Amino acid sequence: MRKKTYVQCVASTVFLLFATHASAYSIFVSNEKDNTISIIDGETLEVAETVTVGERPRGIVLSHDNAVLYMCTSDDDHVEVLDVKTLKVTHTLPSGPDPELMQLNPEGTKLYIANEDDNLVTVVNVDDRTKEVEIPVGIEPEGIGVSPDGKWLVNTSETTNMAHFINTDTLKIEANVLVDTRPRVAQFTGDGSEVWVSSEIGGTVSIIDTESKEIKHKLSFEVRGLAPEAIQPVGVKLSTDGSNRAYIALGPAARVAVVNMQTYEIEKYLLVGQRVWNLEFSPDQDRLFTTNGVSGDVSVIDLKKLRVIKSIKVGRFPWGLAVSPDKRG
Amino acid sequence: MLMTSLKAHLINAISQAALTIYGVKRSLLVAVVLLVSCGNANAEVQANVFYLMRDVEPPLPLSLIDKRVEKNGFAGAELGLNDNRTTGGFLGHEYELVEVLIPENADIIESVKSANQSNPEIIVANLNSTDLLLVADAYPESLVLNVYARDDRVRHEDCRANVLHLPPSRAMLADGLAQYLAWKRWNKVVLVTGRHPDDTLYAQALERAIKRFGLKVIDRSNWTAIPGARRTDSGHHMAQQEIPTFTQFKEHDVLLVADEIDEFGEYLSYRSRLPRPVAGTQGLMPTSWHRSHEQWGATQIQRRFEKIANRIMTERDYSSWLAMRALGESITNTNSAEPSVLKEYLLSDKFKLAGFKGKALTFRTYNGQLRQPILVVSPRMLISVSPQQGFLHELTEMDTLGYDEPESACKVFK
Repeated sequence: MRKKTYVQCVASTVFLLFATHASAYSIFVSNEKDNTISIIDGETLEVAETVTVGERPRGIVLSHDNAVLYMCTSDDDHVEVLDVKTLKVTHTLPSGPDPELMQLNPEGTKLYIANEDDNLVTVVNVDDRTKEVEIPVGIEPEGIGVSPDGKWLVNTSETTNMAHFINTDTLKIEANVLVDTRPRVAQFTGDGSEVWVSSEIGGTVSIIDTESKEIKHKLSFEVRGLAPEAIQPVGVKLSTDGSNRAYIALGPAARVAVVNMQTYEIEKYLLVGQRVWNLEFSPDQDRLFTTNGVSGDVSVIDLKKLRVIKSIKVGRFPWGLAVSPDKRG
Repeated sequence: MLMTSLKAHLINAISQAALTIYGVKRSLLVAVVLLVSCGNANAEVQANVFYLMRDVEPPLPLSLIDKRVEKNGFAGAELGLNDNRTTGGFLGHEYELVEVLIPENADIIESVKSANQSNPEIIVANLNSTDLLLVADAYPESLVLNVYARDDRVRHEDCRANVLHLPPSRAMLADGLAQYLAWKRWNKVVLVTGRHPDDTLYAQALERAIKRFGLKVIDRSNWTAIPGARRTDSGHHMAQQEIPTFTQFKEHDVLLVADEIDEFGEYLSYRSRLPRPVAGTQGLMPTSWHRSHEQWGATQIQRRFEKIANRIMTERDYSSWLAMRALGESITNTNSAEPSVLKEYLLSDKFKLAGFKGKALTFRTYNGQLRQPILVVSPRMLISVSPQQGFLHELTEMDTLGYDEPESACKVFK
């Protein structure tokens, strides 16, 4: 009898948890190989819709009002703009060749885009739909991070192995920080004091002090039973909800590392799908979504329990992620 | 940045002019093409890289589809130079690439001496094993990066302490192929060997790999015919008659061929008595680079290369690019262009090179060989990448390819 009560109690707690967590939001996933965007319902955690877009969609970003989705359709050499309501591509933006990753400025008026083929960062005005300026950077620019105050743009270049700090007022490079081999993602902390840069081949994450532009700490990872070369950090997501946790996607290691942002200790490795690259939070940061390229799915991590709760089959080679607090349709 | 692009234009102009001059003056003992002389006396670090290669007429490919590749490898070094200059530009490091073309029959050391007053400290050697060892021994204090010789002996019993090897050896290539055949369970093989010493070495590497990975040679045969002209009308009639007769082998899964200079291997596919895939130097090939490779960001370097060279990237271009990038990485991180400092860094566990193979490439400390995955390709597609899953190693699975540390006969590497 007591046992039953306990079970009921657990069941109702779980129900309550789900009830509170089941928010009406949508997850957008770009499928690089399929040329589609999968839209996952945040409530049911199932693919609600799939939209065909341009060639090789990779980095995707929602406008600040969540009305449109900007998509780097890399092989079409432009950014496509998808109306989130109608799910139609309304227009394109002149991104420069082979756009891969991009970020909006805090005002939501400019896109900073990395052009992998041309060693440029392109600044595009999303309202005028014009290219404002091209900034020459290192070889194979990849990651783009924008500081919360909008003053700094950090771009990583994969072959030059640097994080370039670009002053957004002057659009000049003010510092070049040498990081480990093949840097991918650059992400600022919520207070803007640090930039975390993942190095895919180097196997590390450099934590750079924004003020001094110096590396203050370097994370490395170790997973029992895995060769060190299988650990390839790519996606970085830094919490802003006070939990002080960072999440790092480790590529072919099929793990997401959970890092304490104060002590830099690695608290846990969560097993997800194969070749995990990019990460995105749910709107209230109680869940984390991962794109797993080789297994073609999205893992859903419950961040309260630090447990993978579901994997959702999407298109082939899912790449980018964006989460809208609005429910689609 | 404007400066950099100006320099790039200048380099192109100078190199094109120099090439034209060279084409006219073939009688010159040594043509030194000084690609750039933007040397900056105030530069923090100045790295002068000497790129050595023989001036030999490239062989005419057997297939009309393939084009003759002039100065195979050099364009890869130029691309690496550009990449290093971009990084160097942010750090105050200057790079210079000096091409030394050595006439076919000239004494190599004399040629290098007459091209350069002082000792070349950093050498990229696009040379065969004999030349490579001559250069390595003439300049024992220099750092020599081999970008061409694939003989196992220069990594094994004839290794030199000042030589690092970028391309995979024949043993590594053969192991890469054999692992894939083992994964496919194509266990029974027939081996056809060409008439040249290099073909014998390739066949020996295959035999070693066959044994290592549990395959079995059902039959062996040598192709001894001396080839006629490569461009002939109606040549297919002869091949159609000859090959089925030549390939009267017992039941097998795959026909292996060792024909490094492309004399006959291309004739085997679709003509053998039994309908079996051809693999080795033709058909399904193990290689360090291929025009079809587009994974792990390789598309970017393929595009960048074709933009500057107006042709496809070859294995030698790739090795030359790797050599320049390895130098760039070590110079960037040590702030030095001293051969001993660079070698120490390159052999340390700090060195990790991104080579578009999905893994960090590192050097084997016991013989100076670059560890790397091997691409297994068909003429038009990437088929697989070795090491194959399931071939395990205590250190790194890449060391299941080629001679492992306990088997190494290289004594001078410490």
